[in-house]
Amino acid sequence: MAGIKFDSVRRVFGKTVASNDVSLEIKDGEFMVLLGPSGCGKTTLLRCLAGLERVDGGRIYIGDRDVTDLAPRDRKLAMVFQSYAVFPHLTVFDNIAFGLKMQGRPKDEIKRRVQEGAELLQLQDYLARYPAQLSGGQRQRVAVARGIVMQAQVLLMDEPLSNLDALLRLQMRAELKRLHAEIKATTIYVTHDQVEALSLGDRIAVMKSGRIVQCDVPMNIYDDPASVFVGGFIGTPPMNFLKGVVSAEGAPQVVVGESRIAPTPAQTPALAARRGQPILLGIRPENLAFASSAQRNTLRGHVVVVEPLGSHKLLTMQVSGETIKVSVPPDQSVASGNDVWLHFDADKIRWMDAGSGDTIH
Amino acid sequence: MRSKVESALPYGLLAPTLLVVVLLIVVPIFQAFLLAFQGSDGGFTLAQFQKMVHDTAFLDALKFTFLLLIFIVPLQIILALAMALLIHKRFRGHSIFLYIYAIPLAISDLAAGIAWLSIFTERGYLNSILHSLGIIDKPFLFLSYQNLPAVFGTIVIAESWRATAIVMVILLAGLEVIPRDYFEAADVFGATALKRTLFVVLPLLRPSLQNALIIRTIFAFQTFSVVLALAGRVIPVLTGEAYYWYAANRNPNVAAAYAVLVMVFTIFITIMYFRLLKTTDAEAGYD
Ligand SMILES: Nc1ncnc2c1ncn2[C@@H]1O[C@H](COP(=O)(O)OP(=O)(O)OP(=O)(O)O)[C@@H](O)[C@H]1O
Ligand SMILES: [Mg+2]
Repeated sequence: MAGIKFDSVRRVFGKTVASNDVSLEIKDGEFMVLLGPSGCGKTTLLRCLAGLERVDGGRIYIGDRDVTDLAPRDRKLAMVFQSYAVFPHLTVFDNIAFGLKMQGRPKDEIKRRVQEGAELLQLQDYLARYPAQLSGGQRQRVAVARGIVMQAQVLLMDEPLSNLDALLRLQMRAELKRLHAEIKATTIYVTHDQVEALSLGDRIAVMKSGRIVQCDVPMNIYDDPASVFVGGFIGTPPMNFLKGVVSAEGAPQVVVGESRIAPTPAQTPALAARRGQPILLGIRPENLAFASSAQRNTLRGHVVVVEPLGSHKLLTMQVSGETIKVSVPPDQSVASGNDVWLHFDADKIRWMDAGSGDTIH
Repeated sequence: MRSKVESALPYGLLAPTLLVVVLLIVVPIFQAFLLAFQGSDGGFTLAQFQKMVHDTAFLDALKFTFLLLIFIVPLQIILALAMALLIHKRFRGHSIFLYIYAIPLAISDLAAGIAWLSIFTERGYLNSILHSLGIIDKPFLFLSYQNLPAVFGTIVIAESWRATAIVMVILLAGLEVIPRDYFEAADVFGATALKRTLFVVLPLLRPSLQNALIIRTIFAFQTFSVVLALAGRVIPVLTGEAYYWYAANRNPNVAAAYAVLVMVFTIFITIMYFRLLKTTDAEAGYD
């Protein structure tokens, strides 16, 4: 059993708090994705777990072992480094075999497992080459292969596919998913690619400035972002936010520009508590649709840019003085300069506090 | 126009160094060759070399020069590597160690030899300490011609003390430019400290090791002042004989023959190192 537990893990570099009392539990065999802007502390968290960075506070557990003070090699995990760290003096074969050799595995087993790993990452033809003779993407795949052939109980991957072309990335993503289903290693996977995060993760932990701001299954992260930050970070394009004010009298409504938006019955009590206060309305681009006329829950919008993207058209629009993105079906007839009505279902709206940015429930 | 200026730039920048090298190294080498091969009539001769080879001290000088090399070079490389790895760990106070290790670098070799003489001589510090501790009751003659292994040992110790630091500095500089990721990857993938050193650190350090070996070996061939201070001619070495022929026998020609011999050995060994420790560009990590 190799669940992972971070208990108030803290790591400070000078004035930068790279890990700000992070607590996170990852179940045995779970695939956890870390997502967050550059410099938010994802790599630091992995390095603390791997023992490459000492912690300034808190404890780390793998299974029921407290590994906080163990040397890296006693933690028995495998890692794909963000910088690859592929040994320049070893061939691709010897690089992939490195960990297995350190474990003193028999020669034929090493050979078999290296072959398997190389095949999975399409490196069979390069086994005799040195890293300097490989492209960046190939080097990265060597790093991934070196990590996965270990079949360790805990596998850490720091942006393992970041340097691959789109097609290869798609293939590798599926391979990694299949591999995880097979081996069931407890995995932490850092990525900037949201599709990867949504497709691979059993759960996603979204980080910001050294903290985990939301950790949940992918669909909840997407549908129910905990804050403006998460909603604005997840999704391409991300969630739209419009400023509004809760009506002071009558049934609680939110005034956005010239429109009045009525909440669902479930949302009503929370809004009733904020009469007269500013509020943010969050809505995803694909939850907005054209309407023929002003109805309940419509907004007046002015089309600025139309981008046909094949599977849909992406519109940039002005609504009550703010710029939003709207995704419409590819056959929707629309041109820049049009003024249209936008409709949405009230249950697709997420209300956020205008000050803190936190979602209101 | 511009490209012409640019392509001339490296040569321009190298020119001062080249000038110094030519004046202080190439010209003297040329003169040494002349002296070594020139007879009294000004014509070519091997008489000086015959004189050198038939000299009674020659074989001993040859033997001890190589013995010193065989003992000192590996010892220093291992010591220096251990010191460099220790400092590279960046433990608390590691920079103090660096300064302490570097002290011998600032001391001239003759001064170092004399310092060690005052330790090992009959009434030196070592004998005083051993005596006051009651370990010996009369001074041990470390530097007596009757006890050549002891004399030899003191030279090895003194030379190692004097010149290990330079090797360490070269190796440490080599270590510092290796990205730490490689060592970290080795750690994560289960390498013990020994395996990490053997399979990751040493191979990546190979270019620096090569430099250190070459420099150290050249210096070992030139070992002179320390030997002179501690052993006089009890332990003859090639450079010592060159000095002896020049200063005592007033025969610069035979002295030059010794110098040429030392140079030939040095060049030969340097080429050998390059061959043995050759890395392909790919292995060295160059694109
Ligand atoms: N060794 C270090 N010394 C000083 N500051 C550091 C060090 N390592 C990381 N930091 C700082 O800690 C913060 C978190 O860095 P970290 O590498 O964990 O970010 P990240 O989330 O992995 O970013 P990216 O997505 O760009 O890889 C950054 O602000 C970084 O500048
Ligand atoms: Mg990172």
